[in-house]
Amino acid sequence: MAQLTYRDAVARGIAQEMRRDERVVLIGEDVAGAGGVFKTTVGLLAEFGPKRVIDTPISEQAILGAAMGAAMTGLRPVAEIMFSDFFAVCWDIVVNEIAKTRYMTDGQVVLPLVIKTGNGGGLRFGAQHSQSIENWAMAVPGLKVVTPSTPEDVVGLMAAAVRSDDPVMFFEHKGLYSSKGEVPDGDIVDSLGTAKIRRPGTDATILALGMMVPRALAAADQLAGRGISAEVIDVRSLVPLDTATILSSLSRTGRLFTVEENPRLLGWGAEIASIAAEEGFWDLDGPIQRITTPHIPLPSADSLEDLVMPSADSVATTVEKALQS
Amino acid sequence: MKLPLSDHEYGEHGAVLPPQNHATHDGADIDLAVRTGIYRKLQEMRQFESRAYDLFMRQLVKGTSHLSLGMEAIAAGFGAAMRSDDYTFATYRGHAHTLARGVPMTPVMAELLGRSNGLMSGKGGSMHLTSVEHGMMGSYAIIGAHLTIANGAAWSAQYRGTGQVAVCFFGDGTTNIGAFHEALNYAAVYRLPVVFVCENNLYMEYTAIADITAVQHPAADRASAYGLGSQVIDGNDADAVYLAASAAIERARAGEGPSLVEALTYRHGGHSRADPGKYRPEHEVAAWKAYDPIPLYRARLVRLGVEEAELDLIDKEVAGAVDLATEEAIAGDLPSPESAFTDVWADGGSSWRN
Ligand SMILES: Cc1ncc(C[n+]2csc(CCOP(=O)(O)OP(=O)(O)O)c2C)c(N)n1
Ligand SMILES: [Mg+2]
Repeated sequence: MAQLTYRDAVARGIAQEMRRDERVVLIGEDVAGAGGVFKTTVGLLAEFGPKRVIDTPISEQAILGAAMGAAMTGLRPVAEIMFSDFFAVCWDIVVNEIAKTRYMTDGQVVLPLVIKTGNGGGLRFGAQHSQSIENWAMAVPGLKVVTPSTPEDVVGLMAAAVRSDDPVMFFEHKGLYSSKGEVPDGDIVDSLGTAKIRRPGTDATILALGMMVPRALAAADQLAGRGISAEVIDVRSLVPLDTATILSSLSRTGRLFTVEENPRLLGWGAEIASIAAEEGFWDLDGPIQRITTPHIPLPSADSLEDLVMPSADSVATTVEKALQS
Repeated sequence: MKLPLSDHEYGEHGAVLPPQNHATHDGADIDLAVRTGIYRKLQEMRQFESRAYDLFMRQLVKGTSHLSLGMEAIAAGFGAAMRSDDYTFATYRGHAHTLARGVPMTPVMAELLGRSNGLMSGKGGSMHLTSVEHGMMGSYAIIGAHLTIANGAAWSAQYRGTGQVAVCFFGDGTTNIGAFHEALNYAAVYRLPVVFVCENNLYMEYTAIADITAVQHPAADRASAYGLGSQVIDGNDADAVYLAASAAIERARAGEGPSLVEALTYRHGGHSRADPGKYRPEHEVAAWKAYDPIPLYRARLVRLGVEEAELDLIDKEVAGAVDLATEEAIAGDLPSPESAFTDVWADGGSSWRN
């Protein structure tokens, strides 16, 4: 066991897989010499050398195209898109090429690749460097989508992503990079498509993702002080979606809340709410409620950003009110 | 301000006429066996594409199709110059490039018809022909993307040390999208074993490339900015293509990096489907049709001593193969309904939840 930051866990997960399999290579802007703009790839160049850890031009389409072409011909690349906002300039490669090629070729082409990216807000970077876009990826058939919230999960899910023969979008939360957690020694391999109950409870189920997980946990602490026992589930994987864990929790608590950093419309919680309404309706003791960032671009000023993103306080207040009414 | 349609009416721009130096490659050092092989491929492509057009008009080919009629020499010349494990990346105009790699006609035809015996069981269609076992790594329908993907295959070949080369075909119109520029720089920076081949047929869909591009040679003139060697060649002369292809591929295989070939050519028909191509000056169309790569190549072979009867036999054999492929494609079953739900994921299925 060692205390590790979330950012160091990213490098540890990649290193673990690079040691095991020399087909694993890493490309991206500033990932090699500089160790990444968020320092998530520190030490990889030193350990694996310039043939396997490669700095690229600012050419997001070329980066992802290279990852795709390499994956279809025998490598298992990890490609970094520095800020997830930049997917807007290379979304063609992700959506039209990477996501669809296996299907269109009737399974002839296999694409074992990972696209890692810094996602989300809380760092006062303003509207073009703070978006939570995992729901964009979730909307595209053919992409697996994970968002770890703890250092241990970062390592294990990165390993699972690298070992997957499907393309995986790996959303690191920028707001969590400096957070710390215990990480067991030795290799860790998690599995995609699994949610985790972070805190058991009996009165309400709160689903959260990425940086919303610690906030939901803090909200659950507050709620406990007010006599409400909230179960917090870290969704972790949007595709595949662990509906079994979610619906079973709902059947025990009778109430469902989602805490989403994405802007309101069509956030990931909307899909889960619709599944719960269809399949968990008779377990519900009250309305499903989504707690999201409003449908606005994220403002830059710290006071405004804090105001609009779901917080422990706003989650606790919303849940408490809902349970009282 | 100078606007494309301010100095001439639509379709009445200055014609670009074909080169007329066809005899110059008669003496090139190319095996006669290679040349008759190229001739057979030219015939396969021509006759296959003509049949695909007929089947489209009979509404057996649905949706869309983009034919290479008139442009066959590029696919045939490159196909002959490639090693069997080299990689081809093509566009939606990819039937000829698929045949060039030795993919049999029946699955290609059946794919156009949406049948279960199609190359991708009817799930890809005309614009996405792929046969990994033949090195045909795909046909891509979003302009520009596949140049970046070809880089990746070249990078992987370089990394694995296999000596494979990626050859990436695209149109003149593709040189104005960002991915083209990203890909050329990227390939040059890492000295990737990739050959970029611009099939310059003078038109994008319905607009002359000269009207909306600042330089004369849309691909070659840009290549130099990325430190890429380039050559502009007669894309209707299969020997010129074969020679340029061999040189570019060998250079890439030897670790000397990427290069670009801009091959001038022309499509005999429209952009896609039943487009009559009326936006082209009539005398331009006539001149290029007269500079047809297939009769030109046949005439060369005859000059070099090949019997007409031998060439007639090839034509006839190919006609038989196209007939058979047509029959087998039409006789193919429709895809099973279940197949719509397979192979989204590597586990073979399409499930997104438990
Ligand atoms: C990004 C993108 N923009 C537009 C199109 C629509 N489109 C399909 S083919 C084509 C023309 C391409 O011209 P060129 O590159 O010269 O190829 P050609 O068809 O002449 O072989 C266009 C505009 C597309 N498929 N992708
Ligand atoms: Mg064109």
